[in-house]
Amino acid sequence: MTKKQTPFGGAVLAPYSLWALLFILVPLVFVAYYAFTDNAFAFTFDNVARFFTAKSVVDGVEQRTYLVIFWRSLKLAVISTVICLLLGYPLAYIMARASEKRQKLMMTLIMIPMWMNFLIRTYAWMTILQDTGILNSFLTTLGLGRVHIIGTEGAVVIGMVYDYLPYMVLPIYSIMAKMDVKLLEAARDLGCNSVSVLRRVIWPLSLPGVLSGITMVLIPSVSTFYISQKLGNGKFFLIGDAIEGQYVANNLHFAAAMAFILMVILLAAMAGMKKFTNHRVYGGDTL
Amino acid sequence: MKKIIELKNISKAYDGETVLDHIDLDIYDNEFLTLLGPSGCGKTTTLRIIGGFEHPDEGDVTFLGERINDVPPHKRNVNTVFQKYALFPHLNVFENVAFPLRERKVPKAEIEQKVQEMLELVQLSHLAKRRVTGLSGGQQQRVAIARALIGRPKVLLLDEPLGALDLKLRKDMQQELKKIQKATGITFIFVTHDQEEALTMSDTIVVMSEGKIQQIGTPVDIYNEPQNAFVADFIGESNILDGVMLEDLKVRFSGHTFRCVDKGFQPKEPVDVVVRPEDVDIVSEEKGMLRGVVTSVTFMGVHYEVIVDIGGFKWMIQTTDFVDVDEHIGLSIDPDAIHIMKKSEYSGLYGDYSSFSNELDELSEPGEDESEDAE
Amino acid sequence: MKVTSKIYTAIIFIFLFAPIAILLVFSFNEAKSLSVFSGFSLKWYRELLRDEATLQSVRNTLLLAVSAMAISTVMGTAASVGIMKLRSKWLRATLNVATDIPMTNPDIITGISLMLMFVFVGRLLGLANSLSFWTMLIAHVTFCLPYVILQVLPRLRQMDPSLPEAAMDLGCTPMRAFFKVTIPEIMPGILTGAIMAFTMSLDDFVISYFTSGAGFQTLPIRIYNMTKKTVTPKMYALATIIFFVILALLLISNLTDKKEEKQKQ
Repeated sequence: MTKKQTPFGGAVLAPYSLWALLFILVPLVFVAYYAFTDNAFAFTFDNVARFFTAKSVVDGVEQRTYLVIFWRSLKLAVISTVICLLLGYPLAYIMARASEKRQKLMMTLIMIPMWMNFLIRTYAWMTILQDTGILNSFLTTLGLGRVHIIGTEGAVVIGMVYDYLPYMVLPIYSIMAKMDVKLLEAARDLGCNSVSVLRRVIWPLSLPGVLSGITMVLIPSVSTFYISQKLGNGKFFLIGDAIEGQYVANNLHFAAAMAFILMVILLAAMAGMKKFTNHRVYGGDTL
Repeated sequence: MKKIIELKNISKAYDGETVLDHIDLDIYDNEFLTLLGPSGCGKTTTLRIIGGFEHPDEGDVTFLGERINDVPPHKRNVNTVFQKYALFPHLNVFENVAFPLRERKVPKAEIEQKVQEMLELVQLSHLAKRRVTGLSGGQQQRVAIARALIGRPKVLLLDEPLGALDLKLRKDMQQELKKIQKATGITFIFVTHDQEEALTMSDTIVVMSEGKIQQIGTPVDIYNEPQNAFVADFIGESNILDGVMLEDLKVRFSGHTFRCVDKGFQPKEPVDVVVRPEDVDIVSEEKGMLRGVVTSVTFMGVHYEVIVDIGGFKWMIQTTDFVDVDEHIGLSIDPDAIHIMKKSEYSGLYGDYSSFSNELDELSEPGEDESEDAE
Repeated sequence: MKVTSKIYTAIIFIFLFAPIAILLVFSFNEAKSLSVFSGFSLKWYRELLRDEATLQSVRNTLLLAVSAMAISTVMGTAASVGIMKLRSKWLRATLNVATDIPMTNPDIITGISLMLMFVFVGRLLGLANSLSFWTMLIAHVTFCLPYVILQVLPRLRQMDPSLPEAAMDLGCTPMRAFFKVTIPEIMPGILTGAIMAFTMSLDDFVISYFTSGAGFQTLPIRIYNMTKKTVTPKMYALATIIFFVILALLLISNLTDKKEEKQKQ
C-alpha cells in the first residue's frame, strides 16, 4: 500500500543509467564489432574462424593452436575449481561451526592473503617453486633430490588454487553461518546420521554458496594470464595469454574475437549452472 | 463544535484497484475519532491522505476550510504516530523528540525546556539520553507520541499504534492515550482493526469496509444501532437473521412473530434482524418463543458461549446458566433486544454461527502477525 | 572430530601464509638469493624507497582509488535511490543485468571491451594516445559501481519507509528528510560500499592493464613490470610493506567493530 517516495525524480537514476549504457553495454558491442571486422572495419568471419581453424606444429605434431589452448585453460580452471571446492568446503563448514570469536579470527586470516595483490601472491609461488627456489633447496637438504615444477601445468594449478581459494571459502561460509542450527537438529531428530545430515540438509542448502564460489574461482582462473606467465611455461599457454598476446601485438580484432568467444561460452555455462542449482535447490525453475 | 478537517468525495485507486470509494467525512475539534475496519478497508489510506503522504485521485481535503490537497506533509499542521513508530535510530530519545523543533530553528534553551516537559507528559524523562533502539515497545510508543505532539499539531494521526504491544500494555496505553488527548485538547484520528479498542477509546467511530464508510457514530450508537449486517457482525458478536417487518413494532423471523421497538418500514418489507448473544435468555422448552438444540458449549470464564440450532440456523448465545450439549431449550428475546436493519449488500453474508470456531476466528484476525516488534 | 578439524584448518592456513612468510623473511636477506638466508639487512627497503617510479605509482594508485571511490559512491548511492523508486519492471531488470555484467564477466573481457571502445573513440577524435588517467578512471568507476549498489540497495530496502515520511511529517522538506534521515540510515551501506570500491580499485591489475596509458602507472602495473624480467628482492620489501599495511587496516577495522558492539550494549 505504501508508495515509495523519494525527494528526487528520475534524475537520480539518469547518471548511472547513462554510465551503464556507455561503459558497460556499449563496450560489449565493441567486442562483437571488432570480432567480426578486419583492420579496415569491413565485416568478416576470419577472426572467429581463425580461432577454430588455426594450426601449428608442436613437438612435430600438428594441432589446432587455439582450440588446444582453450581446452587447456578450461581443463586447468576446472581442476583448480574442484580442488578449491574440496579444500574450501570443509574449511567453510569448520568456520561456520566455530565459536564466534574464532570465526572472526579465521575470517581475518582468510582476508589477509585475499587483500594482498594477486600478482604478489603468484610471484611468491614463483620464487618457491623455481628450480633454485626454496622448495628445492629444502628438498635437497633433506636429501630427496630436486623436483621440476615451475613451468608445468601443476604449477599453474597450484597458483590458481592458492590465489582463488578464499573466493571459494567465503561465499560457502557466509551461507553456512546463516544456516539455522535448528534445521540440523530437526534432521537429527528425524533420524539422520551425521553423513546423511550433510548429504540431505547441509549440502543442498549450501548449494547457492557453492555455485557462487565456483563462479568466483572458475571465471578468473579460466581467463587469467599472469599466473600462467609466471608459473607456466610459454607465451600462449592459456586463453588469457593468447588474448593478452594479441593485444600486445596490437592485433585488436583477433583479441576481440577470442574475448567474444570466451564470453559467449562462459555466459552459456553460467546460465546452465544457474538452472542446475535452481533445479537442485528449489525443485524446479522457480526463478 | 468546530470542523477541522473535511474529506469531500475522496477516491483513490492503486493500479486500477479501488481503495477508497467516494468518502465523505467531517472531523471536529477536540474529538477522538477512530477509523475502524478490517485490513484493506482503506482506513490507513484515509489517514495517509490526511497526513499528506498520498494524493486523492478525486475529491478534496480541507483543513479549517482551506483546500490542502497539494500541501506537502511538512507544511501541514498535522502529525503522525506511525505503525512501527518510525523513530530515528541514529538519534537518542531526546533528539527524536527535539527533531521538529530543531527543524524549525527554535532556540536551544526553549528546545531543552519543551522536550523535558513533553518527556514528563509521557513519563520518559529518565530515559532522555538513551538510544531509541534499546527501548521497549511501550517506551518507543511514548517517544513516538511525544515527538508527534511537541510541534502542537491541530490533529494527531495514529496508525494502529498499539498493534505491536502485548495485551496488558495495550490496555494501559489505551487509557493513557485517552488521557493525553483530553489533556492536550488535540483531535486524535486513530486507525485500528480492533473493535474493542475502538469502543473503549473513541468519541466517534467510523466503520469502514471495502473503501466505503459503513457507519459513523458514537460507540453506543454503533453497537446498539448497527446500520447493516457488516457493522453488526464486525462490532461484537451478533446473530443476523432474515426477517419481515409485518407492521410498526412487529417483526417476524425464525417462524415466530416478535414485538420490537423499530418502526418506519414499509409493510411486509424484508429486513435484517440483529440479536446480540448476551440479549437472549434461555428458558425451558415450553416457555420459549423459539426452540432448539444445543450443539456446542464453550466455557469463556465469565460466561458460556452456547451454539443453538434453531431450524437449521445456528445462534450464538452468551449465558451464565449451564446447559448441556444436545439439550432441548427454549429462547426468549425482549423487544428492545431486537434491532432491525434495512437490507444491504452485506445481507446474508454474516451472522450465522454454523461454521463457528474460536481458533479460526483468531487465525483470521488481521494484523496480529506484527507482534514481533513487541519488545 | 575436533582435533581433525583443527589440524585441517591449520594445514590450510599454513598453505595460505607460508608463501607470504617466505617473502617476508627474504625481504630482510642481505643477498639476492631466494633460498639461502645470508644475513639481516634493510638494504632492499632502502633501495625500494629510492625507487622513484614505484613511489610515483603508489601516489597514482591512491589518487585513482580515491577518485574512483568518490565518483562511484555518489553515483551508486543515487542510482540505488532511483532503482528503489523504479516502477517499470522491464527497466529494473535491464539495470540489474547491466549491474551484474562487470561482476560476472572476466576482468580480461571488461578490460578488453573498454579498451576497444576507448581506442575506437580516440581514433575518431584523432588522438595520438587514446588511453590515459581518464580512461583508467572511467574503467575503475565502472567496475566499482556494482559493489556500491550491492551494498546500498539492500540497506534502502531494509529501511522502514515511514522513516523519511516521519521526518517530513515533522517539518522536513523531502530533500532535508533524505539527508537528515535516509542518509544516516543507509550510511553503513554507503561506507562499506565506498571501502569496497576503494580496495577493488587499489587491487585491480587486469582491467587497469588494458586501459592504462603510457604515462600513468599504478602500483599493480608497476609490480607487473617489476616482476616481468628479473627477480628482485625489492619486490619482497614491497610485499612486506603491503602485508603490514593490510594487517594494520584489518586490525583497526576489527577494533572499531568491537567498540561499536560495546556501545550498542
